[in-house]
Amino acid sequence: MSAQEPAHHPPQRIGVVAESASGETRVAATPATVRQLLGLGYEVVVESGAGSASGFTDEAYLDAGAGIAGSGEPWEADVVLKVNAPTDAEIARLREGATLVGLLAPAQKPELLQALAAAGVTALSLDAVPRISRAQSMDVLSSMANIAGYRAVIEAAHVFGRFFTGQVTAAGKVPPAKVLVAGAGVAGLAAIGAASSLGAIVRATDPRPEVADQVKSLGGEYLPVNVVQEQSTDGYAKATSADYDRAAAELYHEQAKDVDIVVTTALIPGRPAPRLLTADDVAAMKPGSVVVDMAAAMGGNVEGTVAGRAVVTDNGVTIIGYTDLASRLPAQASQLFGTNLVNLIKLLTPGKDGQLTIDFEDVVQRAVTVAQSGDVTWPPPPVSVSAAPAAQPAAAPAKPEPKQPKLTPAGRFSLIGAGMLAMFLLVAFAPAQLAENFTVFALAVVIGYYVIGKVHHALHTPLMSVTNAISGIVVIGALLQIGHESWVVTALSCVAILLTSVNIFGGFAVTRRMLSMFSKG
Amino acid sequence: MTSMTASHAADLVAALLFILSLAGLSQHRTSRAGVVYGIAGMALALVATIVVAAQSITAGAVALILVAMAIGAVVGLWRARSVEMTQMPELIAVLHSFVGLAAVLVGWNSYLEVERHGTAQTRIAADLLSIHHAEVFIGIFIGAVTFTGSIVAFLKLSARINSRPLMLPGKNFLNLGALGAFVALTAWFTVSPSLPLMIVVTVLALALGWHLVASIGGGDMPVVVSMLNSYSGWAAAAAGFLLDNNLLIVTGALVGSSGAYLSYIMCRAMNRSFISVIAGGFGIEAPSSQEEEQGEHREVRAEEAAELLATARSVIITPGYGMAVAQAQHPVAELTRQLRERGVEVRFGVHPVAGRLPGHMNVLLAEAKVPYDIVLEMDEINEDFAATSVVLVIGANDTVNPAAAEDPGSPIAGMPVLRVWEAESVIVFKRSMASGYAGVQNPLFFRENSSMLFGDAKASVDAILQALSTDGRRPAAPAPRQTVAG
Repeated sequence: MSAQEPAHHPPQRIGVVAESASGETRVAATPATVRQLLGLGYEVVVESGAGSASGFTDEAYLDAGAGIAGSGEPWEADVVLKVNAPTDAEIARLREGATLVGLLAPAQKPELLQALAAAGVTALSLDAVPRISRAQSMDVLSSMANIAGYRAVIEAAHVFGRFFTGQVTAAGKVPPAKVLVAGAGVAGLAAIGAASSLGAIVRATDPRPEVADQVKSLGGEYLPVNVVQEQSTDGYAKATSADYDRAAAELYHEQAKDVDIVVTTALIPGRPAPRLLTADDVAAMKPGSVVVDMAAAMGGNVEGTVAGRAVVTDNGVTIIGYTDLASRLPAQASQLFGTNLVNLIKLLTPGKDGQLTIDFEDVVQRAVTVAQSGDVTWPPPPVSVSAAPAAQPAAAPAKPEPKQPKLTPAGRFSLIGAGMLAMFLLVAFAPAQLAENFTVFALAVVIGYYVIGKVHHALHTPLMSVTNAISGIVVIGALLQIGHESWVVTALSCVAILLTSVNIFGGFAVTRRMLSMFSKG
Repeated sequence: MTSMTASHAADLVAALLFILSLAGLSQHRTSRAGVVYGIAGMALALVATIVVAAQSITAGAVALILVAMAIGAVVGLWRARSVEMTQMPELIAVLHSFVGLAAVLVGWNSYLEVERHGTAQTRIAADLLSIHHAEVFIGIFIGAVTFTGSIVAFLKLSARINSRPLMLPGKNFLNLGALGAFVALTAWFTVSPSLPLMIVVTVLALALGWHLVASIGGGDMPVVVSMLNSYSGWAAAAAGFLLDNNLLIVTGALVGSSGAYLSYIMCRAMNRSFISVIAGGFGIEAPSSQEEEQGEHREVRAEEAAELLATARSVIITPGYGMAVAQAQHPVAELTRQLRERGVEVRFGVHPVAGRLPGHMNVLLAEAKVPYDIVLEMDEINEDFAATSVVLVIGANDTVNPAAAEDPGSPIAGMPVLRVWEAESVIVFKRSMASGYAGVQNPLFFRENSSMLFGDAKASVDAILQALSTDGRRPAAPAPRQTVAG
């Protein structure tokens, strides 16, 4: 009911806190996104100095309409927005019942989820957004990968002692740099685009031949690995076959000798990063070459990568293993992160009334919620149609008659009161037997309404055919009447039994037949 | 424990099993278990009732019961096995009519057992007698309305009679009058029960049921079928009151209220008033003055359609009753498979009232082995049309009509529809330029981004498949989504 009666609920307060992780320059909300959050009906309070590393001053937040406070207040807000996962000390500062939104890496940090659940916090993880079109606007991983891919090329250019573009000058000819990008995902494509717009010759590899057009569209050349490879149908790269790996290793070795810069972006969800360049490959590169390993945090695609640092090999090749590439463009990263976050909050605030509600029937909302009411709710169920029991108590009361805002609370109460009174009178004045029947009837009506609850649309027909079979129960009437009176009664009962038997057996059989067809691809 | 208490206990357990059954049926994961619960509950209820009944009747009567049930079971199982999935709505309508007829027969039997003997009867206590009179009438009335209503629904669905709404003058008064007459007759009957009154009320209810459904157009049949499902439950509950049987009351009420709720969901999806559906008056809006064409339409050949599909990034298929009629679900599933193999993102957008039964399209697509996770509801997919390359409208018309969203004067104004016209291009599979069930012209056909592929839907899809396989292995379109890295 909260959606219809905003007057009874003060708007919830959103706290934007400063990041504590070293090297983190991003902030979970910018002045621009603060305005959007205010537009959704929330109050916003920002920790003083939270945006300074991204270039957003406290005054800018104040201008946008947010409050500025010391570090205490934002942590006590109803909804706390953060970029990175909180530390244990920070979890302790959260209010019980508060909602925390951030990049929580639920797959990698089960103990963090336990701690959040134990603290009674509802935790939403932005990196758990499902990869469906509807959720694209909340896909932080894609927006951060885009930034990181760009920054990887900039970092390489910074270390690389030469132009990217080829030039013919009075002082002689300068050859263009050659860049190899391994993996044409979002980050890889961003790197291809950045490198080719700097004027480099760009080549790209990827196990999925279907990305060739995309590589070409950004000015790169696609290098196929000439082995038959199963096509990806879900948009994710798959682990590769042994034949493929051998052919790819040869390709990388060839390319390593030729190119000046390598950017590797290969990640496989839930596994360590695949090894693409060996120490031999790196040793074969020309002195002064640069390798940027974007998978450094997951173990690295390149032998010799040190996560978080740039190292120079014996033959003068720099291997950059920075894991904070997105944070190195803090203003942009914060803005995109903040916008993804606003889109998520928008989804969670259907009434635009500053009241955050989580609907577990919604795939996206279910997937991002990793802890709620003391329970860890990650991983989400694979099929989105099932309702989690935890969400039921919250969802059920809001459901009946959501389309009738015209009725005032007083009107509704008097209507319900009148109905109750009518029931009371009916049963009070009815003979005992009818009263009993009526009690059973009324309760069964209510159960029938609630029991099918949020029936999945695809199951309407099976549900109908099973209720149809069940309503064949009327056969009992005929069973109780047969043989008791004249032959007429018996004959009529016989007909009734026959018809309802068709109903019962046919109904159940056809339901089973239908259900056996439903399959998940 | 006597056999009587055992039977009461069995009734309770059966009722609980039915509740579990309905609850199970509302989710994919638990749906099969739900059917098992339902069967168990039904078996328990039948066995308990027959055992109790057998104590007071002759062996011949028991044999009669078993024979009747056996014949019913054979017929029912045979029909369930042989029915085409496209004929599911008709089958369900017929089954509803059986429940209605059975309820009428139970009511008549009860009359023959009690009222016919006048004051000489001994079954019902004297102070309950007038209530029993009323219950007989109510039971017969609901049962008869369900019976003829379902028969008409069946005839319309199977195209044995014209599906256009019957427009008798003053139809609302006819319905209300019948209802008023029923109340008056009931009052009369409670005072002085008689056989002529029984006949009159039965005929009246049969006529009302016929008229209620006859005045609703074929396009609105999904709601009607679901409503009749609910009525059949109420009929069973009324029989329960009549016989003072709690299991009948509980089960009937369960079916009745869940069916009513299901209809309510559908009404909301069609932006119809729930009350006016129950009253059978919502076919009223069907006639329309907008018969004239609204512009030029473009035609497209199957080969061109295939080319468009092969180069598409993402495709959404919106099926309608036409797909069911043409039995095109299997070629459509094959087309889906081939396009997905080529890396095209294919999804289905199903309107809540597509087909002639709630969830009809889902059942057909499931039969053709389309994975259910790419079959999405209108609300899930409506935002995505704008980012879609090609939409295939296969046998759907009113559910994709932009007039509903854009023309406040349209008879279907305000009905939520699939916003297919927002896609880059739309291909409409259609037999001719005739209008849909609601009798409304569809401006979608004349949009610049839509083209018509005339012919039988199955033949058209087959032709596209043919064209796709002969154009060789052209390079597949890029995958819709990228790998994340970094």
